[in-house]
Amino acid sequence: MLNDSETIEAPTNLPIVAEAARSAFVKKTVRKRRAVSASMTEDNKWTDCMARVKSSQDREAFAELFDYFGPRVKAFLMKSGSSMSMAEECTQDVMVTLWRKAHMFDASRASVSTWIFTIARNRRIDLIRKERRPEPDELTWGPEAEPEQSEVLGLQQESEQLVAAIAELPEKQRELIQKAYFGDLTHSEIAEQTGLPLGTIKSRIRLALERLRHAMK
Amino acid sequence: MKNEMRKINHHLSDALLMGYAAGTLPEAFNLVVATHISLCDECRARLGAFEAVGGAVLEDVGATDMSSTLSDVFDIIDADKDQVRSQPTKVKSDIFPDALRDYVGGDLDSVKWRSVGMGVKQAILPTSRSASVRLLHIPAGGKMPDHGHRGTELTLVLQGAFKDEEDRFGRGDIEIATEADHHTPIAEEGQACICLAATDAPLKFNGVIARIAQKFAQI
Repeated sequence: MLNDSETIEAPTNLPIVAEAARSAFVKKTVRKRRAVSASMTEDNKWTDCMARVKSSQDREAFAELFDYFGPRVKAFLMKSGSSMSMAEECTQDVMVTLWRKAHMFDASRASVSTWIFTIARNRRIDLIRKERRPEPDELTWGPEAEPEQSEVLGLQQESEQLVAAIAELPEKQRELIQKAYFGDLTHSEIAEQTGLPLGTIKSRIRLALERLRHAMK
Repeated sequence: MKNEMRKINHHLSDALLMGYAAGTLPEAFNLVVATHISLCDECRARLGAFEAVGGAVLEDVGATDMSSTLSDVFDIIDADKDQVRSQPTKVKSDIFPDALRDYVGGDLDSVKWRSVGMGVKQAILPTSRSASVRLLHIPAGGKMPDHGHRGTELTLVLQGAFKDEEDRFGRGDIEIATEADHHTPIAEEGQACICLAATDAPLKFNGVIARIAQKFAQI
């Protein structure tokens, strides 16, 4: 379950998925912390590319994002049931959206892969399911609301730990989570999938939102 | 949207947030979830966490070669440069968040209400048919329409409040009812209660109004 606690405690009554995710997460957290502070990480690189696209429409930075994320978005869409050609068209669209909406990317609230995931998800609903996708109202940005570097780094660390935690799950449980995000589970089947270790990343995002709300006053 | 956030006591479940993050909920449910999140930063942050799981899945999925190239994408970008900077423009302090305004075609005064008896009015909003969503207008002190006792029903309060035996639901609060719930909430005295309600069970209609409503529902 999501909670505000910064420490992850293993609860006694959660489904097996939750337990496994939790213990993998705790283990990995300890190991990861050192690595993250030691070198420029992958996430850091993508955040930097996004910043360059955002501030100066840097085409080289965009090329790096395109080379890395394009094939992943395409694979994701095909796993979600799209045909090869539909996935290709949709991926192009996602990349164009990435460029056009770069100014909306907020590195204190989402990693680059998370943000691209949300674009791909929305384009899938729009182009493939042919439905409208109601989105929460955007929070407006002022120049004074630019995120603190420490917030950005904190969010990146949490995101990497989450990636690591999911990668370390036993195969069956990892597949279950993937199925949920590929759209292979109905919303009632998803009820079994809660219990991922999301409390700390939620707390980070919550702080970023508070800063933003404060700046909007 | 308004800058100040009202204290919200009744939130979305993890399952609904995960379904919304994954993009697997019916459109009608998406509308209620998006409207609630517009009013609730706590659930906005929780959604961010579930979307981060999506980001993790995307990183983990492998790579499939693309047939289009970087220059194909720049051709599209360069063909329509006007779209580069479309900033959201939010200056309103309305009852309906934008997500809902888009479906109504405006704020509360744009709703095309139909009476369904007992002083209750409703307006069904056009969505895909796997679930349905409607606005409800219940007079102050009036009884809330009965749940269908089938499937899941989400009820989000936008104005006024309703109460059942245990709880009070005010603006921004969401009630998640399943077939197991049998209660009869009442709108609070003082102000009409306006709610956005979605269900994945088919709506039931009776009589003349029913036929009009049914026709309307089939948009």
